[in-house]
Amino acid sequence: MKTSAPAIVCEARKISTQYGSTVVLHDLDLKVYQGEALALVGGSGSGKSTLLRHIIGLNRPTHGEILLFGEPLQEIDREGQRRVRNRFGVLFQQGALFSALPVFDNIAFPLRELHQFDDETIHRLVMFKLTLVELEPEHAWLLPAQLSGGMIKRVALARALALKPELLLLDEPTAGLDPDRSKGFVQLIRSLRETLGLTVIFATHDVDTLISLADRVAVLADQHIVAACPLPELQQVDHPFVASFFRDIHQRRERIN
Amino acid sequence: MAHAGFSVSQADGGQRRITLTGQWSLRAVDNNFAELRGRLASFFGDPLAEWDLREVEQLDSAAAAMLLAGWGGRRCPHSLMSSLQAQLFSALENVETPHRRQPIDWFAPLAMLGTLAAGLISQMADFLGLFGGLVLEVFHLIRNPHEIPWKEISANIYKGGVMALPVTALVGFMIGIAMSYLMALQLSKFGADIFIVNILGLAVVRELGPILMAVLVAGRSGSAMTAQIGVMRVTEEIDALAAMGISRIQRLILPKLVGLTLIAPMLVFWTSLWALIGGMLSAKIELSLGYAFFLQRLAEVLSPVNLTLALFKGLLFGFLVTLVACHFGLRIKPNTESLSTSTTSSVVTAITIVILTDAVFAIMTREIGL
Repeated sequence: MKTSAPAIVCEARKISTQYGSTVVLHDLDLKVYQGEALALVGGSGSGKSTLLRHIIGLNRPTHGEILLFGEPLQEIDREGQRRVRNRFGVLFQQGALFSALPVFDNIAFPLRELHQFDDETIHRLVMFKLTLVELEPEHAWLLPAQLSGGMIKRVALARALALKPELLLLDEPTAGLDPDRSKGFVQLIRSLRETLGLTVIFATHDVDTLISLADRVAVLADQHIVAACPLPELQQVDHPFVASFFRDIHQRRERIN
Repeated sequence: MAHAGFSVSQADGGQRRITLTGQWSLRAVDNNFAELRGRLASFFGDPLAEWDLREVEQLDSAAAAMLLAGWGGRRCPHSLMSSLQAQLFSALENVETPHRRQPIDWFAPLAMLGTLAAGLISQMADFLGLFGGLVLEVFHLIRNPHEIPWKEISANIYKGGVMALPVTALVGFMIGIAMSYLMALQLSKFGADIFIVNILGLAVVRELGPILMAVLVAGRSGSAMTAQIGVMRVTEEIDALAAMGISRIQRLILPKLVGLTLIAPMLVFWTSLWALIGGMLSAKIELSLGYAFFLQRLAEVLSPVNLTLALFKGLLFGFLVTLVACHFGLRIKPNTESLSTSTTSSVVTAITIVILTDAVFAIMTREIGL
């Protein structure tokens, strides 16, 4: 499977999006390579979530197209779409667990939808996924409303990973978690990424998450990607948003030291 | 990516050897594990068969769990696999499997009865609590009249009353036409055409108008109130109000209750009016009863006390529907299932209570205005 140049998992081509008269994205190009972890950063309202929603295929861009695994998601038939969608998992910002179902059924849901496994196998798999995201078996029967923020994220991660996707999309993975939990969650994503060989795209505000998870950083400003390179190289980029972003990082580091 | 497959050969000892090849993983989207399991079923039953997993490119937990289920929950002793694969299997083996069969509980019906009774008691307690809170709030507002939420009351009158005008008019009009038409057919058989005014007037003004209004308001405004209060609970908006020191009953419940109770009698009047117009139209067409005659006769046969009764009923029904809607709204738990059951219960309970009250009312007032 190894090739000299890594394959492109996700590609955005000349994306423009407009809501009414507000231009959110304009002529945006982005490539995500297999096996990397790409961070999307940008100010609030810079279109990070919009871009993520385009990639997942929830919204269509006004112009341009998104290729996932080389296929344009919007233009293939329903069965094909389902197959492509089973190749990526999404962790929504609030977890988006089905609130009427207990944790167990939330994780079992995508597995049941495949219609390939019997109940016993599904049970074994769900319990295994729970240990994978470091939750206890007795948590399986709790409802989402009974879980803490960190547990919701873990369960949502287990659900996103249930079908063994190649690509994992995370919207603000550590938002709403305390620093300790957020560190633990990032560690978990890192270790899962290694064992499962995932490609990760995540949008974040959190500098610590960025530093410990990202291979490459794509900066979204002025309606397009102003830079996409590893974090150290970002310092050479001459853009007001990037500059202020780095000032923040330096200040934080100084305060900690 | 080669998808999952297997080949069968003869091992040294004469037993069958199943060699698994390819991607035994959900990641190869062409895999269908249900089908694979079916094809492997006969080998799973063979206790002597040897399983060779060393040629598998990638084995994931789903495929391993499928194989484990085929082997009956334990790893097959005659299996050849890498240490990594063995780790995965032992991790899956250690997962506790469910208790398949629940022992029969003979006390289940009794327990269900108990749960039902406990649920009813908790409903009553909540309802009483809400009512008590309302009474206290009213006393508070009498002493502090500047806190009366006029704006919210006015908004609720507009939402629950003014916006309901078209639908109540339409339904009233249609019911009036249908009733009058059917009655006209029967009455003309006896040559009692003229009595259509008596029957229609009494039925519409005394019974149908208030009931129609209550049913429509319960379906329209009652369900909306329950859902709104419920979602506000889910999104913690009610807690935010409480944190600002603002009484939820004063800002959320009371304006709805006052607004809808005030506007309900007028809606009753409006609905009855349209039902009578519909009936009048139908009587004119079917029985050639003139409009002027119809109206004159209506004034003669229908004593004004009937209208007073109807308006009072409207007041009562509006109050009941809103109270029930708010009660169920406040009981919603933060999940979608609870939201839907509570909204349903709210509408069903409101309509049932209204009809029960109406029956009691009909018996109590049987001497008045007939």
